[in-house]
Amino acid sequence: MAYFAQQSVNAISLGFLYALIGLGYTMVYGVLTMINFAHGDLFMLGAFVCLLLVTFSPVALPFPVLLVLVMAIIGGLGVLIERLAYRPLRQAPRVSAVITALGCGLVISNVTLSISPYSRAMPEVFDDRYFNVLGVGVSLLQLLIIGVSLALMVGLDVLIYRTRFGMALRAVAFDAKTVPLMGISVNRIISLTFLIGTGLGGAAGMLYGMAFPVISASMGVLVGWKAFIAAVIGGIGNIRGAVLGGFILGTVEIFSVAMLPSTYRDLISYSLLLVILIFKPYGILGRAPNVKV
Amino acid sequence: MSEGTDNTEEILLDVRNLTVSYDGIPAIKGISFQVKRGEIFTLIGANGAGKSSTLRALSGLIRHGGEVIFSGENLRGIPADRIVARGLAHVPEGRGIFGNLTVLENLRLGAWLRRDRRGIQADIERVLDVLPRLRERLTQPSGTLSGGEQQMLAIARALMSRAKMLLLDEPSMGLAPKLIADIYRVLREVHAAGTTLLLVEQNANLALGLAHRAAVLETGEIPLCSDSATLRASPEVQRAYLGA
Repeated sequence: MAYFAQQSVNAISLGFLYALIGLGYTMVYGVLTMINFAHGDLFMLGAFVCLLLVTFSPVALPFPVLLVLVMAIIGGLGVLIERLAYRPLRQAPRVSAVITALGCGLVISNVTLSISPYSRAMPEVFDDRYFNVLGVGVSLLQLLIIGVSLALMVGLDVLIYRTRFGMALRAVAFDAKTVPLMGISVNRIISLTFLIGTGLGGAAGMLYGMAFPVISASMGVLVGWKAFIAAVIGGIGNIRGAVLGGFILGTVEIFSVAMLPSTYRDLISYSLLLVILIFKPYGILGRAPNVKV
Repeated sequence: MSEGTDNTEEILLDVRNLTVSYDGIPAIKGISFQVKRGEIFTLIGANGAGKSSTLRALSGLIRHGGEVIFSGENLRGIPADRIVARGLAHVPEGRGIFGNLTVLENLRLGAWLRRDRRGIQADIERVLDVLPRLRERLTQPSGTLSGGEQQMLAIARALMSRAKMLLLDEPSMGLAPKLIADIYRVLREVHAAGTTLLLVEQNANLALGLAHRAAVLETGEIPLCSDSATLRASPEVQRAYLGA
């Protein structure tokens, strides 16, 4: 029982991380119907930016300051990539933009690799502590990951469903061609979407690096793909779907490792994707695209 | 260019030699017309005559040649999202309702550029007084509305910008006669409240019944332009558009 509870805590914190990354995929897909394949590499960069900040900052930066800086830098980079690489292809076939995204991801991971060819140890950002709650070991770090992710997701939900920007974002997702007639600049909404979506990916990278403190230039690939799977399972383009998908994937992974040989982990998560897509081709919360007349 | 130079009324929209082409194929071949402040002007024409292209060019959604002067300002090169701010609102073909947003959110988007919260609230109330069906459905996703209600919402949303002029792209399309009559009643009220209307219609009978002046658009050109009564009486228009 304690074992089960212990694994549940692990599953929840991993699920939150997948959800945070998956949100970036799903937000961009929502407004551009394009998969930003550079997102996983921006996630990786979030961990490296955190490492750089901790290493080179003359003063010890407290965790909240680090988090905001990482989110701002990665979010800003996401905006820059959209502006320089994706926007010129806005009217081109989607496939061109997707290939460009893959290319951007390769550039980011290979530049990182050339600067840091070996894996790096993530320094401790704060003194971790362990608590024993009814026989279940919970670390301060896990609580922090859960707390920060939860706060970011609630913040995002409020932003999307309760603010002017969110209203415009949902309108762009529904019909970007009509949005300018409201006096809204679609480009501004898309830039803000990238700022937030990739900023969340950066935050996830930093938290992931703290949780699994060996970071490398290639870490974005596998984790990025998994978060993408989470977003697809939930229904790509659907914000709450990405969170749900993240939890499902995190839970499946943790419990498959806990109960089966750990090498089965990826086999099981990818199989899950296949099975869900057979029965729910648009994901669990996704809907078939509207047929517009 | 059948308009004389003698008119002293204020020209709100002056379209001069407008051209639009798609991939090098001309769709609008240099049309000119003027809409006076406070009037209802209609462009009638068959499918593919270029009616929607004209409106889309005016509101900046597509590139065009020639001049569009609205309220004394040349709109050349101004992006669509800045043209609304100048008082030109477009109710697009197929209504352009954001079906995933509620009716209220659609109205709020229409007022995006305004900052006067009280004024917006008052305008929402006013719009809902004219369109009580929308009030009942205020918090519903607008995609669940019927076609007629969606058209009402599209017009209401455009009004929320406090536009000087509305561009209406076939507001009667796909609606039952009873609903069309409702829409046209609303358009009369909107006009009576001081908004200039540029209406595009395939249904010439309807449009000529509402408009003061009209132009016939045929394969990207305007062969006829005059007051509605004259146009109605013209044998060509009767034969081609009124089914007489």
